[in-house]
Amino acid sequence: LSATPEIPKEDGRPKWDNKFQYILSCIGFAVGLGNVWRFPYLCQIHGGGAFLIPYFIALLFEGIPLLHLELALGQYLRKGSIRAWNTISPYLGGIGVGSWMVSVLVSLYYNTVLTWVMWYFINSFQEPLPWSVCPLNENRTGFNEECYESTAVNYFWYRKTLNITPDIAESGTLQWWLILCLAACWAIVYLCTIRGIETTGKAIYVTAIFPYLVLTIFLIQGLTLPGATEGLIYLFTPNLNTLKNPRVWLDAATQIFFSLSLAFGGLIAFASYNPKKNDCEKDAVTVAIVNSMTSVYASIPVFSVLGFKATTAYWDCLDRNIINIINEFDLPEESIMRQNYTSWISFLNSSYPEKIAGLKLKSCNLQEYLDQSVSGTGLAFIVFTQAIILMPGSQAWAILFFIMLFSLGLSSMFGNIEGVFTPLLELQIIPKSAPKELLSGVICLISFLIALCFTLGSGSYWIDIFDRYAGSVPLLVIAFFEVIGVVYIYKIKRFSKDVEWMTGRKLNLYWQITWRFISPLLLLIVFMAFVTLQMQKPPSYTAWNPKYEGFPMKEEKVYPPWVQAICVLLAALPCVCVPLVALFHLVKQKRRSKDPSLVPPEVFSCHGANS
Amino acid sequence: MLRALLFPLSVVAIAHAELCKPDAQNAFKVRISIKTALGDNAYAWDANEEYLFKAMVAFAMRRYSSRSTTQISNVLLCNVTDRVSFWFVVTDSSKNVTTVPGSEVEAAIRMNRNRINNAFLLSDKTLQFLKITSTLSPPVEPSTPAWLIVFGVVLCLVVAGIVFLIVSGIQKHKKKNKESTERENLEEKVEVTLENGMPCEALDLKAGHINGVFAADDERFTSL
Repeated sequence: LSATPEIPKEDGRPKWDNKFQYILSCIGFAVGLGNVWRFPYLCQIHGGGAFLIPYFIALLFEGIPLLHLELALGQYLRKGSIRAWNTISPYLGGIGVGSWMVSVLVSLYYNTVLTWVMWYFINSFQEPLPWSVCPLNENRTGFNEECYESTAVNYFWYRKTLNITPDIAESGTLQWWLILCLAACWAIVYLCTIRGIETTGKAIYVTAIFPYLVLTIFLIQGLTLPGATEGLIYLFTPNLNTLKNPRVWLDAATQIFFSLSLAFGGLIAFASYNPKKNDCEKDAVTVAIVNSMTSVYASIPVFSVLGFKATTAYWDCLDRNIINIINEFDLPEESIMRQNYTSWISFLNSSYPEKIAGLKLKSCNLQEYLDQSVSGTGLAFIVFTQAIILMPGSQAWAILFFIMLFSLGLSSMFGNIEGVFTPLLELQIIPKSAPKELLSGVICLISFLIALCFTLGSGSYWIDIFDRYAGSVPLLVIAFFEVIGVVYIYKIKRFSKDVEWMTGRKLNLYWQITWRFISPLLLLIVFMAFVTLQMQKPPSYTAWNPKYEGFPMKEEKVYPPWVQAICVLLAALPCVCVPLVALFHLVKQKRRSKDPSLVPPEVFSCHGANS
Repeated sequence: MLRALLFPLSVVAIAHAELCKPDAQNAFKVRISIKTALGDNAYAWDANEEYLFKAMVAFAMRRYSSRSTTQISNVLLCNVTDRVSFWFVVTDSSKNVTTVPGSEVEAAIRMNRNRINNAFLLSDKTLQFLKITSTLSPPVEPSTPAWLIVFGVVLCLVVAGIVFLIVSGIQKHKKKNKESTERENLEEKVEVTLENGMPCEALDLKAGHINGVFAADDERFTSL
């Protein structure tokens, strides 16, 4: 194989227009919604700046090696995930099938999240923003009860957007507005992925670069908001004590792993369109570092805005108390200001304690508001939307914010769809004469029809399930088998020679050590810790139930048994592909060895011969 | 004479104090927040403003059908604080020392709330009648919800893009097919036998030389 001549073969495989497109596609795939709404949350709950330490250690020993492995694999074998793993060894073909399955499952629910983003986007063109005011009740004497008891933002999210049911077992009806947005989202995905990387390569210039522009605008605006500095100080003040908690290290490892979108097969697909002589090592390091830097960069505007929101809530609390006191004691207006509030309170408490007690004043604590940490959809659709209402020119900020979220999610969708599309194309599901547009159309149509389930009243509960079970454990398992497969079955010496041939320089000791020992060990530990943590308590969820006595707090409920079975199925199905396919091939091999007349002319494990 | 006047005046004053006091029957508390509403343009609350208030209440009662003879002197204000807040009550001029029922006052104020607010440059929130709830304004509902319009625009753009890409793809496909069939036709027409990359017609066989060495030695070999 080292003697393979350098003749560039015209094999008709599509290729990237230029290197920048490829790097941008990988970065766009890796940088997604999680960088904006999960990393800042983790930083906040795990001791601020101190979280960066386990994060970068995980990046060094888990993220970069695995990324390099996938990119090198795809680039050398020039095949999608299923064909590539079949080429390495038919026994390992299950890895490709498993990652293809995970890509399918994740594509389904990820685009529904984008549907929600689109719904908020098209609602941002109104004055006033629909989530800023509560609607009136039927006889117009007051506000809608559900809205009044929670907040307008909560009401818009849970009622007007999701129309959520109080229980996962109650499916509710299909929400027609979500169906419209879902159709639009899949149409956009179809538009961009219609001819594979030919079209996504052009679209990625916009969807990958635009979020950085918006983040910068939000950064500048966020820093000018009052209370931004409190938020930032709170975020970045390191609390090194948290590092003693193993949970922090686990969260860092899982965050790096899921953030880089490893084991989806999408990265293998992207790299397979590269010319063989390409420096995959530099690419891997570049993509991983850009992804992590983006996470850190995104957390600055997020925390400026959260600090602003906390400060505003604190001031509101103070103002409400002040008004109550002024009304009760008939003091002149503006006699009590926020600055002298504490002195007034102590004076009044000493002189009229019963009156003060009768007012039932809420104690206002800025730290309490800063401590409220939210991640995921709650951060984007509840907390951030509330903060946007308070900013001047809220329509513009809302539009910018939701376009940014949409671009971030769309560029990740490209990678997911590519992980589904490329293997199908190579398996020649459709005849070769049929155009590529047909295959991508079929994929998008079928996905749209299946994803209609997520537009039901209970849809968001199901998306949580998919996110927690289909998009987590299987990836860890698949990545583990990937490393073991390449290092111990394909043999690391062979792989090192391949990589050397591609990059033109000898493989560093760092790669050898991480690929051979550190990364598989880390993956194993993370997997076991992750599963143990999940199993510690019965799987539960929080439901939005207006009839709950603790409303507006969400109600803790346990999944019914049939839902738990589905969770296990979602997590197990992609993982089980790996041993199943190996078993299938073993049985086939045994049957063939028993009956030699059955041997068909077959090329076994011929990796370099075909491209 | 002065004493003759003093007695009825004091009776009236006492009667007024009886009618207008905090939590009296048919009395309403008013709370005004001028600085909150007007900021730097805030005016001070003084006797003139009180007079205007009395006039507005009397005006409201007059507009409300059955009380067309209400005078400013029928409106009594008391307990003015620095906040600014006070109690007021409307007396009935036809019956001595009684107050107009609270429900009538409430209805009158509600009917003319807007006029009263505007007279003081305030709003429902900054000129509060504590027992009188205000009807909330109906939400402005456009005929087509705005989001549907934006959605329509987005969808049209996307569908136009898809149609364009598919059509251009079909055209490219047709052009490629046409080109490949044209090339095939061209190759069929010229059925050239190639020898060493050169068509045989180019080799003029007649112009070739017979190599005498081999030709001459023909008879030497025995025939098989």
